[in-house]
Amino acid sequence: MKITTELVDHICGLSCLELQTEEKQDMTAQLEQIVAYMDVLNELDTTGIEPMSHVFPLKNVLREDEELPSQDRAELLACAPASDGEAFLVPKAVE
Amino acid sequence: MTWETVIGLETHVELATRTKIFCSCTTRFGGAPNTHCCPVCTGMPGALPVLSRAVLDYAVKTGLALGCSITRYSKFDRKNYFYPDLPKAYQISQLYLPIARDGAVDIRTPAGDRTIRIHELHMEEDAGKLVHDPWTDRTQIDLNRCGVPLIEIVTEPDFRTADEVIAYLEKLRETLRYLGVSDCKMQEGSLRCDVNLSVRPMGSTGLGVRTEMKNLNSFKAIARAIAHEADRQIELIEEGKRVIQETRRWDENKDATYAMRSKEDAQDYRYFPEPDLPPIELSEGYLESLRAAQPELAEAKRERYRRMYGLPEYDCRMITSDRALAELFEGLVELGAPPKQGANWIMGEVLGALSARGKEPKDMALTPPTLARLIALVGEGRLNRNTAVKVFEAVFDTDGDVDAHIREHGLEQLNDDALVRETAARVLAADPRSVADYRAGKEKALGALVGQVMRELKGRADPRAVNAVLRELLAQ
Amino acid sequence: MGPIELTALELGAAIKKGEVSVVEAVQAALEAISAQDRTLNAFITVAGEQALDRAKRLQAGMKDASSPLYGVPMAIKDNICTMGVETTCASKILSGFVPPYDAAVVERLRDAGAVSLGKLNMDEFAMGSTSETSSYGPVKNPWDLDRVPGGSSGGAAAAVAAGLGWYAVGSDTGGSIRQPASYCGLTGMKPTYGTVSRYGLVAYASSLDQIGPLCRDAADCAAVLDVLQGHDRRDATSLPGRHDRPGWTGPSADYGHLLSGLTGDVRGLRIGLPVDCYGDGLDPEVRRAVLTVAEVLKSRGAEVVELSFPVLGYAVPTYYIIAAAEASSNLSRFDGVRYGRRAEHHEGLADLYRKTRTQGFGAEVKRRILLGSFVLSSGYYDAYYKKALQVKAVIKAAFDEAFTRCDLLLTPVAPTTAPRLGESLSDPLQMYLSDVYTVSVNLAGLPGLSMPCGSDSKGLPIGAQLIGPHFGEGVLLNAAHAFQLDTDHHERVPKGGEPS
Repeated sequence: MKITTELVDHICGLSCLELQTEEKQDMTAQLEQIVAYMDVLNELDTTGIEPMSHVFPLKNVLREDEELPSQDRAELLACAPASDGEAFLVPKAVE
Repeated sequence: MTWETVIGLETHVELATRTKIFCSCTTRFGGAPNTHCCPVCTGMPGALPVLSRAVLDYAVKTGLALGCSITRYSKFDRKNYFYPDLPKAYQISQLYLPIARDGAVDIRTPAGDRTIRIHELHMEEDAGKLVHDPWTDRTQIDLNRCGVPLIEIVTEPDFRTADEVIAYLEKLRETLRYLGVSDCKMQEGSLRCDVNLSVRPMGSTGLGVRTEMKNLNSFKAIARAIAHEADRQIELIEEGKRVIQETRRWDENKDATYAMRSKEDAQDYRYFPEPDLPPIELSEGYLESLRAAQPELAEAKRERYRRMYGLPEYDCRMITSDRALAELFEGLVELGAPPKQGANWIMGEVLGALSARGKEPKDMALTPPTLARLIALVGEGRLNRNTAVKVFEAVFDTDGDVDAHIREHGLEQLNDDALVRETAARVLAADPRSVADYRAGKEKALGALVGQVMRELKGRADPRAVNAVLRELLAQ
Repeated sequence: MGPIELTALELGAAIKKGEVSVVEAVQAALEAISAQDRTLNAFITVAGEQALDRAKRLQAGMKDASSPLYGVPMAIKDNICTMGVETTCASKILSGFVPPYDAAVVERLRDAGAVSLGKLNMDEFAMGSTSETSSYGPVKNPWDLDRVPGGSSGGAAAAVAAGLGWYAVGSDTGGSIRQPASYCGLTGMKPTYGTVSRYGLVAYASSLDQIGPLCRDAADCAAVLDVLQGHDRRDATSLPGRHDRPGWTGPSADYGHLLSGLTGDVRGLRIGLPVDCYGDGLDPEVRRAVLTVAEVLKSRGAEVVELSFPVLGYAVPTYYIIAAAEASSNLSRFDGVRYGRRAEHHEGLADLYRKTRTQGFGAEVKRRILLGSFVLSSGYYDAYYKKALQVKAVIKAAFDEAFTRCDLLLTPVAPTTAPRLGESLSDPLQMYLSDVYTVSVNLAGLPGLSMPCGSDSKGLPIGAQLIGPHFGEGVLLNAAHAFQLDTDHHERVPKGGEPS
């Protein structure tokens, strides 16, 4: 399939990434090449085959509803690029 | 042209589990910001989710109560989008195989009975809270609510009026509270409702372009927002303009909705099966055990109370308004209290005491044996109703011992006929004026005399008996 | 003979006997690191002081030593969270991230008395086959400094091959342990999916990622796996052991008996040779060396059966679709809000996200995120992602069928020996294609082992891969052990790494 720069713009938007003009051209060409290669899967007839997300038939892996102590707030916030000692901070984000 | 409004609801309900859906942090409301958090619910690198058993149980219970078919093989999916209240940048939800589908809720409105179809019910995680600080122009992120379990209940577009929507939500809230799966407090956000609304010419069967309204924090807001949005859409169409599919936010203060984001250019959530969570497969045995443990819901109780105890519709409604009240009532009846007496006490004294204290029925200490004992003592004539109310007030908060209280304060009713007669005679002798008034036809004078006798006897006499004795003596 | 020449188990035994102290072992490793790592660039963080402190405490607590690896210095790939020690995934976006928690495997290693020397370089977020995509610069192959050590666990392989530690713990999503082990002459293993907890492993592709060891020989590998494997309630995909869940009838492993199970007895073992893996594109020197494994094992009583495995040809595209899709979602959390580095100049929230991610991720990571977003996006999901999940089922079924006819499969690890630095970066698709022998193992959740089986005319190590059925770790390790009893490829060490 044809990968257009418009499509690359769209998936950049979805991924929160931006590419400069030259990078975008390279990326468009590379993605087109990779996606073309992936199209070999169409040689295989997979009609009726259930898509497999987990290789093991594990199921119902559940936790009991028992409270454990939370992480110390100072330790969590220590990882953050911007905090005020109570909360993580970002530029205005309220609609 | 006449227009018809078509409404569907998406209701998010926070479940009353102790811990979050995928980690062991508390779900308690409030708390200092970011103190109910761990690597899992803050989306730290390498942290992994594990589903809480209670969330699954609550979701299935709700599905059963809403008449849904339960999905025997269900899975979680990731919904990907960037927003600062969603730390992993994906919400773990259920798109492809939700836990329950195809239910129905019967509602009653003044305009008649209707059935609202439930499209699906799924489990997902709540997001955090953003607080904007206008002084610094920065937004604080509090992740305490992040990962609190939610069920989202999606209806078919079956509503035509705001009344129907409110009736449905009241029924839903009553049901969820009866099941004990949520406290459904709209003001704390544990019940949140998005309204999808479109309009079409009356008689048409197609659907118009819909908008989705958010930030509806009360039933009143929902009703007003529906009225406003329907008007707005009708006006647009009548002016020859078109309705745009978009999300609109209700502004309580301005009494209006405004556009948040257009869905047309939007969001491709790139859902895919959550690789960190194995699927859920429910056995018939599991479903059977939950079905068997399902409580009798409000409507069934109302019907039964009417049928078995002959209680008036109003009483039935009041005492089933909360599961704890209904359970108190059933406890009283089981202990031999006359049903109507029990209902009266609950509607009067119990609800009064709760509202005076700002308490919820589920948090009251009073147990059926205590109130049943009071009712029995009144019935046996050993306590008069007024004294009983005082005793009730004294024992309500601690579920105190009724008999001990009566003994300690010497409150048992006097059934000494001779003493009543003697006291009444003394009172009559001491108040010739009231006697004269009564005999002159002033019925009111009798009340004053009864009051005097009761005071003399420290309120322990049966007022009806005093009344009778006085009439008898005055007639002589 | 200094401690550097010993295997991990030999060093553990010497420590237990008091011939070498834990502190001496750590010092020897730290000296080797300071002498060589400026050149090799295998470490991102050397935690020397912490290692020496811990060595002293372990030496003092010798009487509690129960693990054969007690006191043996090792190192950890930098995508495994270590409390108090920076964990970067070799990415700018995580620079400065010091986790307030340990990964499950780090806890298990600590309980076994391991000493960590620090954190190992790798391809950024484990995306790459050469360890050149690291934002900390490329790792060099100790066998030839002009060549790559493989990837993504290239720092791990280079460190152990050069004697900068006795073993390393890496991660393998599509060959990231086995291929660098092969390029550096080590024995490495990707265990059965779900047998090692992923809690605290920074996710690349959750359904494929698995942590495992890179060691000097099969016995060391067995000992390290005995430590790493085990059920963990914090990872819902972790498989219970036979004794972890009473009444459980699903898949379960028998943990902790790999080392004690090494007998070298391979009589009657059926070795499958998938003919499809020995055709075009395979370097003849690699083919010849890999097939000697079959010969050696045959001489010890194993049988060899040839199999046809055409579906393996679809493994690479299937792998890259699934891995990229999961990666695009897993890496969305890196946004400069809660941890890691935030772009300095930004206008508003959306710009903060975009700039942080654009500046923080390298080209290969961006490529896979975009590819992943594409295959999941509306209109393409069915054609690519869903299709890949179906082909995954087909590949898994083909392996199931193969293991009815043999006990393990013998294949190359990579089509060639280690390529020169810079050769692979220009052509991403070509790099992906070199993963042809390893990725199917991850898709099917199988255990795969890589071990040295010879060298090419340039003196570079060649690796052979053994693939087993689920929970077949013991079979693979025993076969590798048998091979190593009769050969000395695993004993060869690089001679200072002169450029060729």
